[in-house]
Amino acid sequence: MSDLRDRILIGSARERGAARFRRWGLIAVPLAAILFQVYVRRFSDFVAYLELPLLVTVYFALLRRSQVAGIFIGAGIGLVQDSLSHQPLGMFGLIKTLVGYFAASVGMRFDVDQVAMRFVLALFFFIFHQFFYWVLARALLGQQAVFDLQQTFFAGLLNAAVGITLYYFLDKLKERG
Amino acid sequence: MELLNRYRNVTVLLVVILAQLVLLGYQVRSGQDVRLIRVWAVTAVTPVAKVIESVRSTTTGWVGKYIWLRGVADENKRLRAETGKLKLSNQYLQSELQSANRVQALAAYQARSPSQTALARVIGTGAGANSRVVFIDRGSHGGVMRGMAVITPDGIVGKVIAAYPTASQVLLIDDPTFAAGVISQKHRVRGTVRGLGQSKCMVDYVQNEEQVDPGEWFYTSGDDGVFPKGLPVGSVAVVRPGNPGKQVFLVPSGLQGGLEEVLVVLEGAHQPIPDQPLANTAVRLQPPPAEAAAPPPGPGEGVLATEADRLRARYQRLGQVQGHKFGEGAPGSKPPDFNLNPDEAAARGSTPAAAAPAGQNAAPAAPPAPGAPAAGSKPESAPGPVQETPKPSPSPPRPTAAKPPNP
Repeated sequence: MSDLRDRILIGSARERGAARFRRWGLIAVPLAAILFQVYVRRFSDFVAYLELPLLVTVYFALLRRSQVAGIFIGAGIGLVQDSLSHQPLGMFGLIKTLVGYFAASVGMRFDVDQVAMRFVLALFFFIFHQFFYWVLARALLGQQAVFDLQQTFFAGLLNAAVGITLYYFLDKLKERG
Repeated sequence: MELLNRYRNVTVLLVVILAQLVLLGYQVRSGQDVRLIRVWAVTAVTPVAKVIESVRSTTTGWVGKYIWLRGVADENKRLRAETGKLKLSNQYLQSELQSANRVQALAAYQARSPSQTALARVIGTGAGANSRVVFIDRGSHGGVMRGMAVITPDGIVGKVIAAYPTASQVLLIDDPTFAAGVISQKHRVRGTVRGLGQSKCMVDYVQNEEQVDPGEWFYTSGDDGVFPKGLPVGSVAVVRPGNPGKQVFLVPSGLQGGLEEVLVVLEGAHQPIPDQPLANTAVRLQPPPAEAAAPPPGPGEGVLATEADRLRARYQRLGQVQGHKFGEGAPGSKPPDFNLNPDEAAARGSTPAAAAPAGQNAAPAAPPAPGAPAAGSKPESAPGPVQETPKPSPSPPRPTAAKPPNP
């Protein structure tokens, strides 16, 4: 049991601050994720189930292991995503701010380099994201949105699978200190 | 302050969320958009998207055109097959259209023909290599009997030599064993047309003394008991004297343009031989050359006046100009000058004075103007120049202007 705790929880400050991302990647990767969302979707309806900006938000928040950084990363990506959508500004911003905060909080306590942990986190945050979006759409915008838990769950599985693949490639861009 | 530092992360979270809630609330309540943020985002994203799209379209086009040609051969093959099918379909439709036109023409002919006829379609030819026999799709069940005539609106085609329940065999006019009585349109020369196994037929039993012109039409005479009288057979292509009779070769009109649909004469009715050439024989007349074109008709001249009419009108005008009445001149009197141009003479209003007969042929002089001397008399007190004798003028006579006497 304690072995499992040791493997999941971060044991030292050295591990916590070891990984940093390249500077250009901090701009290019979220931009590419948003571009993918608005551009590649033209060619395939299947892509509509993917939420790459969310996956990127989770990744950077986990990577930075700083709640404030997670907040701003989520807010920034969310607001840009809002700007390119037809919704009022702040819908994705609010949700991704919360996602960034909580993802960073998780990243401070758990070893998020493991594939299983990443898969679970991606699945959880996707469902969280969709649920919160549904709540905000009904509460703030008065829209009659529908939340289908089963469909959201399967879409979350898909996003989690894509997420671990994406995280694998994004890990290649990390700078080792 | 220490509290804020202690809960710095939560504070930042609350501030950011509150700010976005305010932003959201402002947009929802005011119904206005925060355009600036959207402009920034769109300006940042769209150029990259443009570049990506340009690269994608170029790459896709290049790869599609020059590299990814795996399906091109199959597609080419498929398109060729499709084109072939479309060509066949087009030919079939055109053939059907022509067939419909022919059937329409046959139906029109059928309606106005006094004979009772039945429409039939040629479905095959005889088995022999030089076969001059065809099969039609109407047999004894359709009322066809052996010996019936087979025609088209253009002329006779042949006669039925065998009638089967669903089809009949027709001996064509150009078969050497075919014979039918004919009569020429213009000179009413009788003979018997028979086939030669070629594109032309021959009219037998025409005496060398009888006249047959090339281009003359032959019609059925009704003597053979097969073809009713008055059906066109063909036009004469060649005529030459021969032994024992004249050799007359016809171009059978019924076989021109191929055989598709024919009419079987179930009940024949004799018709008179038309006096005029066939209406469908188009004849084009070349217009006369410009220099030989007739002059415009004069007054009182008919539009269709002949050259003799025009000459007669010219002489009448000459007679009027010169005051001559044809048929009334005394023997030995001077005839009018026929070499004059009547238009110029009329314009001058004068003719050679010597030519005008002074007697009865002279036109009545114009009434003298007031104060003027009478015509034909010399002024008694006017030493001026000698006044001209008024000349006879063409009808209607024009009044002559009198000169004032010299002081």
